[in-house]
Amino acid sequence: MTEQKKILSVEHVTMQFGGVVAVNDLSMEVREGEIVAIIGPNGAGKTTAFNVITGVYAPTNGRVYFDGDCVVENHPHGKMKKSYLGEYADLYKQVKEPTPDQLTKLGMARTFQNIRLWKSMTVFDNILVAKHLKRSSNLFSAAFRFNRAEEENNRREVLELLKIVGLEELKDELATSLPYGKQRRLEIARALATHPKLLLLDEPAAGMNPQETQELTQFIGQIRKDFDVSIVLIEHHMDLVMDISDRIYVLDFGRLIAQGVPEEIRANEKVIDAYLGVVDDAEN
Amino acid sequence: MIQTRSKKNAWLAFLAVLAFLTLIFVLDQVIKPTDRLGMLLIVLQKGAVYALAAVSMNLLNGYTGLFSLGHAGFMLLGAYTYAIFTIPDKSRDAVYQYYDAAVRFSIPEQLSRHMGGFGTALGILIALILAGAVAALLAWLIGLPVLRLKSDYLAIATLGFAEIIRALFQWSKLGPITNGSNLLKNFARASKFKLEIAGAKLSLSTFVPVLIATVSIALIVLIVNSTYGRAFKAIRDDEIAAEAMGINLAKHKMIAFVTSSFFAGVAGATLAMVLSIAQANNFKSAMTYEILLMVVLGGIGSITGSVIGSFLFVAASEWWLRGLDSGKFLGIEAPNIFRNGFRLVVFSVIIMIVVLFFRQGIMGEKELPDLFRKKKKTPVKEAES
Ligand SMILES: Nc1ncnc2c1ncn2[C@@H]1O[C@H](COP(=O)(O)OP(=O)(O)O)[C@@H](O)[C@H]1O
Ligand SMILES: [Mg+2]
Repeated sequence: MTEQKKILSVEHVTMQFGGVVAVNDLSMEVREGEIVAIIGPNGAGKTTAFNVITGVYAPTNGRVYFDGDCVVENHPHGKMKKSYLGEYADLYKQVKEPTPDQLTKLGMARTFQNIRLWKSMTVFDNILVAKHLKRSSNLFSAAFRFNRAEEENNRREVLELLKIVGLEELKDELATSLPYGKQRRLEIARALATHPKLLLLDEPAAGMNPQETQELTQFIGQIRKDFDVSIVLIEHHMDLVMDISDRIYVLDFGRLIAQGVPEEIRANEKVIDAYLGVVDDAEN
Repeated sequence: MIQTRSKKNAWLAFLAVLAFLTLIFVLDQVIKPTDRLGMLLIVLQKGAVYALAAVSMNLLNGYTGLFSLGHAGFMLLGAYTYAIFTIPDKSRDAVYQYYDAAVRFSIPEQLSRHMGGFGTALGILIALILAGAVAALLAWLIGLPVLRLKSDYLAIATLGFAEIIRALFQWSKLGPITNGSNLLKNFARASKFKLEIAGAKLSLSTFVPVLIATVSIALIVLIVNSTYGRAFKAIRDDEIAAEAMGINLAKHKMIAFVTSSFFAGVAGATLAMVLSIAQANNFKSAMTYEILLMVVLGGIGSITGSVIGSFLFVAASEWWLRGLDSGKFLGIEAPNIFRNGFRLVVFSVIIMIVVLFFRQGIMGEKELPDLFRKKKKTPVKEAES
């Protein structure tokens, strides 16, 4: 496993909003085929880390490598130069701020903590739209249906995908009419439709009961195999995290306080103090 | 299975459109503009123009979720482009009486010299496309800065743009091109459109504007139902999710804006064609609001709704409620109440009622075919177990 190629590598990423340092000097990596979890209390900066990796926010400082290329880079400049509270201010020189769609085209796809399905569209169309980025048509050829073969192929693929994730029966329903757990599943399916190399899941089990969580754990394991993706997930359900993660990063107040395999994290004093203790209290 | 059904639907739609156009052609022959029913022709002409304007606005405001209020400006650009390039040589100096006309080129006239009647028709078509292209070009230019703005700011910026265009076109320094604040006339207009077959003169005054609107709306329907149309809807429903799924927001918003403006330009040109005049002062922001009302009336996000809304709006304001201004309405004679301006009062009340109590509009987000399709309902609960 250690010899595997890195699909994602985050270097000294700091994200500062005004005076709030949401992510502070985060470095992490994901190797091909790995499932990596990010855990930590609410407000620790987990979602912000995702937003930096996927291009929603340009980091204040730091660099992100994806699939061997530097895709994101920034250093404190302009107004931020004076107010920067983090470290390594002089390490990076370039400014590289791609938009999320560019990174999705390179092979990243994500889901959201607060489900973001397209509410006026059916289950089927929600996934079909995710095929738009691989189109070979322009407005004219698409309007006059010169892309018919491609469209039919896309529709077939969407149907297959729906079968795999078990939503085939519901394909003509409005996405938002689905029960919560199925909406989460659909969001994952939509991300998979872009053929990602790296899948980022933000609290995929949030709001699920233990049985649904159990099913989701299996589902994520199955995805890794069937779709040949690496996965980063943010999660609070410790059973799920300990069950399927190869490695875990623990964030607290924007800082990495621990990393390692599940057994190491479970035994880590700092993690128990900052997070696991709290979770156990909350769940009992 | 899926494919054969959609093919059948496409054929049905095509036949329905063909039947509609045939009906319009027949009406054009049997009804004379001076008849009692002559009003119907005017409603059909104007209704078609406004239907196109409303549908093109819906493409942007309803489907892509970009609230723009520049429609009258783009229609003005289309109307003037069309008028300027179809004024015949011999009328030009009479039209531009205070200026030395800069554009001395009538596309239909030039082409008819080589190709006769067909050349005239082709020239008019080219002038229409040029009208759309000029509006689209301006949309592209202002789109770069303006489309970054969020909702209200976009509305204000586009509204401002339309007002600037209107002022600019009345500016005397541009008189040699725009004829300043004077109107443009004598260009290729609907009332003159005729087809001569074996000595018989067939009127095309209503048919041509309706045909232009029909073909344009069909093109918009094709776009909306393509992969691009779905991407527009994704942007409207959730822009962040759309971007995360690989949709380039800047590019797609620009495509929607430019396409919508192109058809607004064509609608403006067709309006000039129907009214026989083009004057900047007619393209006030009130026109944009009227079109917006038609869209809301029909249902934001429904093309069928926009078309129905437009025809109802035009018919009500031009025809059915006419009596409210002229002393006699529904057989009641009350010259003291039913006089100038009362129509507008009643009209505004009706619209307020619709907007307050029927927020979904006539169609909601449904389209015509949805009304014939029985919805197969899979109960979510059952499927779950
Ligand atoms: N766009 C933003 N502007 C200002 N502060 C933000 C923004 N996004 C996140 N934050 C702050 O960053 C911190 C981390 O938030 P978040 O990444 O959502 O935490 P988590 O996902 O770990 O619960 C919080 O204090 C939050 O208020
Ligand atoms: Mg979060």
